[in-house]
Amino acid sequence: MIRFAGDSGDGIQLQGQQFTVASAMSGHDLSTLPDFPAEIRAPAGTRYGVSAFQIQFGGDRITTPGDAPDVLIAFNPAALVVNLGNLKADSLILVDANAFTPQRLKRADLLSNPLDDGTLDSYQVVPIEISNLTVEAVKPLGLGTKDAGRCKNFWALGLILWMFDQPREPTQDWIKQKFAGNTQIRDANLVALDAGHAYGENTEVAQILHQQHTPEAPLESVEYRTITGAENLALGLVAAGELADTELMFCSYPITPASSLLHHLVGLEEAGVATFQAEDEIAAVCAAIGASYAGKLGVTSSSGPGVALKMEALGLAVATELPLVLVNSQRAGPSTGMPTKTEQSDLYQAVYGRNGDTPLPVVAARSPADCFDTAIEAVRIALRHMTPVILLTDGYIANASELWPIPDFEAYPAINTHKPTEQTQQPVFERQADTLARLWAAPGDARFIHRVGGIEKDVDSGNISYDAANHQVMTNVRSQKVDSVANFIEPQRIDQGVSGGVAVVAWGSTYGTLYKAVKDALAEGEQVAHIHLRHINPLPSNLGELLAGFETIIVPELNTGQLATLLRDKLNVRVEQFNKVTGQPLNVEEVRAFISKFAPTTKTIKQQEQVPAGAGGRLI
Amino acid sequence: MNALTFKDFATDQEVRWCPGCGDYAILKSVHKALAEGGSVPEKTVFVSGIGCSSRLPYYVNTYGFHTIHGRAPAFATGVKLANPELEVWVVTGDGDGLSIGGNHLLHTLRRNIDLNILLFNNEIYGLTKGQYSPTSRPGTHSPTSPAGSVEAPLAPGQFAIGAGATFFARCVDIDQKTMPSLFNEAKNHKGSSFVEILQNCIVYNKDVFDDVAAKKTAADTQIHVRHGEPLLYGADNDKGLRLNTKSLSLETVTLGVDGVTLDDIQIHDETNPTLALLLANLHLPTAMGVILRTERAAFDDSYWSIRTHERRQKVKQLLRTGNMLDRRPK
Repeated sequence: MIRFAGDSGDGIQLQGQQFTVASAMSGHDLSTLPDFPAEIRAPAGTRYGVSAFQIQFGGDRITTPGDAPDVLIAFNPAALVVNLGNLKADSLILVDANAFTPQRLKRADLLSNPLDDGTLDSYQVVPIEISNLTVEAVKPLGLGTKDAGRCKNFWALGLILWMFDQPREPTQDWIKQKFAGNTQIRDANLVALDAGHAYGENTEVAQILHQQHTPEAPLESVEYRTITGAENLALGLVAAGELADTELMFCSYPITPASSLLHHLVGLEEAGVATFQAEDEIAAVCAAIGASYAGKLGVTSSSGPGVALKMEALGLAVATELPLVLVNSQRAGPSTGMPTKTEQSDLYQAVYGRNGDTPLPVVAARSPADCFDTAIEAVRIALRHMTPVILLTDGYIANASELWPIPDFEAYPAINTHKPTEQTQQPVFERQADTLARLWAAPGDARFIHRVGGIEKDVDSGNISYDAANHQVMTNVRSQKVDSVANFIEPQRIDQGVSGGVAVVAWGSTYGTLYKAVKDALAEGEQVAHIHLRHINPLPSNLGELLAGFETIIVPELNTGQLATLLRDKLNVRVEQFNKVTGQPLNVEEVRAFISKFAPTTKTIKQQEQVPAGAGGRLI
Repeated sequence: MNALTFKDFATDQEVRWCPGCGDYAILKSVHKALAEGGSVPEKTVFVSGIGCSSRLPYYVNTYGFHTIHGRAPAFATGVKLANPELEVWVVTGDGDGLSIGGNHLLHTLRRNIDLNILLFNNEIYGLTKGQYSPTSRPGTHSPTSPAGSVEAPLAPGQFAIGAGATFFARCVDIDQKTMPSLFNEAKNHKGSSFVEILQNCIVYNKDVFDDVAAKKTAADTQIHVRHGEPLLYGADNDKGLRLNTKSLSLETVTLGVDGVTLDDIQIHDETNPTLALLLANLHLPTAMGVILRTERAAFDDSYWSIRTHERRQKVKQLLRTGNMLDRRPK
């Protein structure tokens, strides 16, 4: 496991992404964690300006970016000190020795140089003059010192690629394409990459750094690609449009970390989606609903604060029974919170966050790979039931990469819509018995001229109605419609493990960590099972029965207990919470310890383990 | 097919405005305009926000969407982009369009999407029982300004022109003779057409426009502008507007007085936004008719000129873009 760290202008994310591609091309399974500040170019050398990228890769199944890196590459003192806390003892630390000047130590609020004050005694530290070596390597190309120095990320990448015996070709191809318009920069970056690689191969550093070869992962015999959550959501939405034979209208307003979805969809405009950058969050959802009224499928996207602004309009979509998908890429709140840090704290907002009795279906993606199917499921529900649907993802899923086995798209069933056909003869507001969906009649069709709006409507005619009994009926219809979704979804299954002991019930981006923690616990003989929910509202109808088969239910979440509340509310079950809100994903070890606290083992004497203090774990 | 009459555009829904409300006359003019302009009911959509004016879509026999407060232009933008073939009208008021929804109206006019926007300006919040609005005159007494409003009002015409509107027209709710044709002028303009209708709220702001609209004095208090014609008005059509090039303002003059001749009278040029701004801000006489009409690419046209409805890329291929690792048996 490697962590790259430097200033937010150092090209750290780029290094990480390029290493990811090289690793995937070598047949490794992998999982990544981009971890960067909200500032675009934060003041250089400061602790808060540190940008990092963590990747775990290997010849085994990898589902998390890992708890503690084996290798840290730090481009300056600040990047070193802010990441020390996460390192295992004996980890390897590569630093740019040129960056440890008195001035830059001061920028990082350091009184002494950690390279020689004993701070790093328990680690293997390899100081390399990365900046100087880079400048020297690219000197023949005649770049200014500043531009030359900026090639250091590729120099370091070259060295790391050498260390882990990964190919340089994908990065070389990328550089050639990216800098096609500036041959000097292109060549400098290529030279820097090769120089870093050669440094590992030829110099005495090899006495300390050893080239390690990672065996290929036991991957299935299919095609794979690397993919981020945002990329895969975009693909999934477009795929759903194709399955439904319906054009999508994606209306959004930029916000971190949701904007990447808009960017990816802009690139897919020839695949049945039109994008619109609205003037604000409210206009974005309203335009999407307008598009749905006009017969396209409106989709909108945001993060928590933006979703809050969209809620009134979502109520209108519920009232008018129009299909819509809202993607919430959650981030740490409240208010502006920590825009680039991940959290799962908008579940209440999604399920309960509107005025009136205004239920709507909520689904959640568990990983970058899962975004494809979750997007299709969200669209399927919206069109099957004529309702807005909220899809929850988060900043971690949106930015993280993993290796994704490409699905057999031809095997996906078509998505049926309630668009009228030439034969259709029914009132617009006559509802289907099983889905409670009304007809999706759009302007242009002379047979179905009608008006809709937010004022309560007559259950049959759709005209304005203030009738008391009718409001009761309409409230019931809206509620039953959402409940009816449960009749169409797959029964909840156990992802892995055995029933009887502890059930780890969770949702969203904690999937990878929990998969690993439960796998490790099972290997230790603990009676534990992992149940990961895609459907948050309504919950799968068999969930209560499934959970009844366990002694203890543990709910780990990156919030203060929102799914836990929902489970208590809907299923009347007792749950143990494990909560953490640090802006970072869960660690395997902390969850693992929490599971052990409750899980019976097949061994006669169960070892009592303590939950590590300060890890965010708490018992309620 | 027989041509539709104004009755064909009425619905069976009971109209629920206060008796004597100016909205009735506007609704009737809308019905007439649609019939006279050859609008096709199933290809026409009325979108509104919240407020008295925004109930109008329920009373027009076309597709209609009564949305949420202030957001009608955003919904209408979605409708028009999704299906540019549709004729889309937005019905709003001074509170809905210029207070809570000012942002959307601003950006709609800036983009110049092909919508026909009717803003009923009664200078008061009617549906919430009479609070002052962003167009209320200073000193307006209301439940939330018992001592008289001390806020500066917004001038809808100046707002629209400032936002880059390509069409601005004005009329009075009782002027049923000219309203239908004015609405069709708005409809026939490609781009955002913005019509301010001075509307009499007989309950909360009764006769607030009497200085402009009272029938007896209308000839002397209103100037009906026509492109290419001198800016003349008055019962005897002997009053006019002259451009004072020193103060850069329009001043009222009378033909034959102080040597004023027809040559001194400014000719209306609806394509000139500077003149339009002077006319829009003129009070007594107050300008009526098409004050501004310029040409600029409509957003729905530009939007689709760089996009396609055709599904040229299939998902099966898209899945195989990016960094691939093929582990299929060779």
